[in-house]
Amino acid sequence: MKDFIEGSDAVARAVALCRPGVISAYPITPQTHIVEFLASMVADGKLKSQFINVESEHSAASLVLGASAAGERVFSASSSQGLILMSEVLFNIAGMRMPVVLACVNRALSAPINIWNDQQDSMAVRDSGWIQLYAETGQECGDLIFQAYRLAESPEVRVPVMVCLDGYLLSHGLEVVDVPEAAEVDKFLPPYRPTEKLDPAVPMTFGPLAGPDYYLEIRHDLHAAMRGALKLIPSIAADFSRQFGRNSGGLVEAYRLEDAELAIVAAGSVCGTIKEAIDALRQEGVKAGLLRLVTYRPFPEEAVSAALAGVGRVAVLDKAISLGATGPIYADLATALVRGKHQARVNGYIAGLGGRDITIETIREIFTRLSGEEVSAGFVGLKG
Amino acid sequence: MITEMRIHARAGQGAITTAALMGTAIFVEGRYAYAFPSFGAARMGAPMNAFVRISNQPIRLRSQIYRPDYVIVADPTLCRSVDVLAGVKEKAVVIINAEKPLNLTPPSGGVKICYVPANEIARRHIGRPLANTALLGAFAAASGAVKLESLEEVIRRRFPEDLANKNIASLKEGWEVACR
Repeated sequence: MKDFIEGSDAVARAVALCRPGVISAYPITPQTHIVEFLASMVADGKLKSQFINVESEHSAASLVLGASAAGERVFSASSSQGLILMSEVLFNIAGMRMPVVLACVNRALSAPINIWNDQQDSMAVRDSGWIQLYAETGQECGDLIFQAYRLAESPEVRVPVMVCLDGYLLSHGLEVVDVPEAAEVDKFLPPYRPTEKLDPAVPMTFGPLAGPDYYLEIRHDLHAAMRGALKLIPSIAADFSRQFGRNSGGLVEAYRLEDAELAIVAAGSVCGTIKEAIDALRQEGVKAGLLRLVTYRPFPEEAVSAALAGVGRVAVLDKAISLGATGPIYADLATALVRGKHQARVNGYIAGLGGRDITIETIREIFTRLSGEEVSAGFVGLKG
Repeated sequence: MITEMRIHARAGQGAITTAALMGTAIFVEGRYAYAFPSFGAARMGAPMNAFVRISNQPIRLRSQIYRPDYVIVADPTLCRSVDVLAGVKEKAVVIINAEKPLNLTPPSGGVKICYVPANEIARRHIGRPLANTALLGAFAAASGAVKLESLEEVIRRRFPEDLANKNIASLKEGWEVACR
């Protein structure tokens, strides 16, 4: 049923429809409405989950790790500093191949203190072994949750999934969202049946010591599972589209790229603004297009390379930066295009850090600068 | 076509609720809206904005609003420190919660400024100066951008019956004041 709700609410309702056995949260800034909504549903008896308030984000992640090891479907949400405090445990969750789903509401990192949107938090844990999906709309925030559980729990993947949504712009933005019926979700997402779990009757150890003899192989297996997810993600998105009648998820979305001479590559809600800018530029005769990354980890090199075939100049818009180097998406994209033997010129731009507004004018400026100086990390909108 | 509303308020005055009610009313009418806040630093009393973008199509644009068609000012003391008329379009409709007209100079002659004693209206109907529904009623009358019945319906959906009735009385008086 369609409703007019926040992205946080869309996530919470989607999670409730997936019926996790255990939800953990540390209820303090920078936490969001997601867990507040879920806590209400549990308290009102509308959702039969164990909702556990913990004493820190580190504990929130540890708790879902343990519950997942015990065979439960689990959920947690975090943001900004909270995600960074979780980061030690995030690596453990992935290393132990726990199919945890977590929503990251993208917000800037301190210092200086800043509560607003950028994507530095999730980008900072891109190497943790989690699949990362980025939503563009409130609708997609919910839709990606269903797909995330399908993906994480697929026996051939068994990798945790982080659904990333832009702070405020999506988390606090209200828009029309179609929330599916429980029976529809049940058809799409089967109950979670772990192939192995902690059970006193069948003792088993997760995450034990692996010395130089085996660590390399275990990391290779995780990498291979991530690469394998590149095949499964589009097929899950196709299933979703067949069942729910709308496109959400997948590896990438190409927007007006067929005959594009210039393109922007970006992730998240800024892609909506970019689409508006592209439509305006097209009316002025500029052949512009967008490649939206839905999946950032694993990085969909082949899909990116194919979608950008024939595009002469590519601008990457990063809402995060690997300080002293470039934006993270820029680095991955440049690598993918080199490996794909592209001749395209690729410039990298950093915009929107700490909530700096990205307008149609910002996007126009990027397209204009794309024809000028070669840059790998050109800041957009810097005050003089 | 997209039309845009900017709400000026202090954190705690219910600007997000106002934006949510407005957006939900548009949704009830079968149209699309995107309602979103821009906080100062989440401190009570700090100036903040909420925005509503309205269209017949799904809305993709995520930037803040700089050229509003509509402005609602929930607290007249903001006019001392914030240019509430910044960037308003030529035929903008501006609703200001104030007992008496303020000394504001609109950038063009076509801008319609409507002063509504919404605190006083709300005090009488709700018992507290929660001005938002009176301002929305005045906005609906002055702009024609949303139906009074749609706002009434979303107030009924959102609040328990007693509070809904009080807010609807406030909404309707706001409408009447703006019509006069």
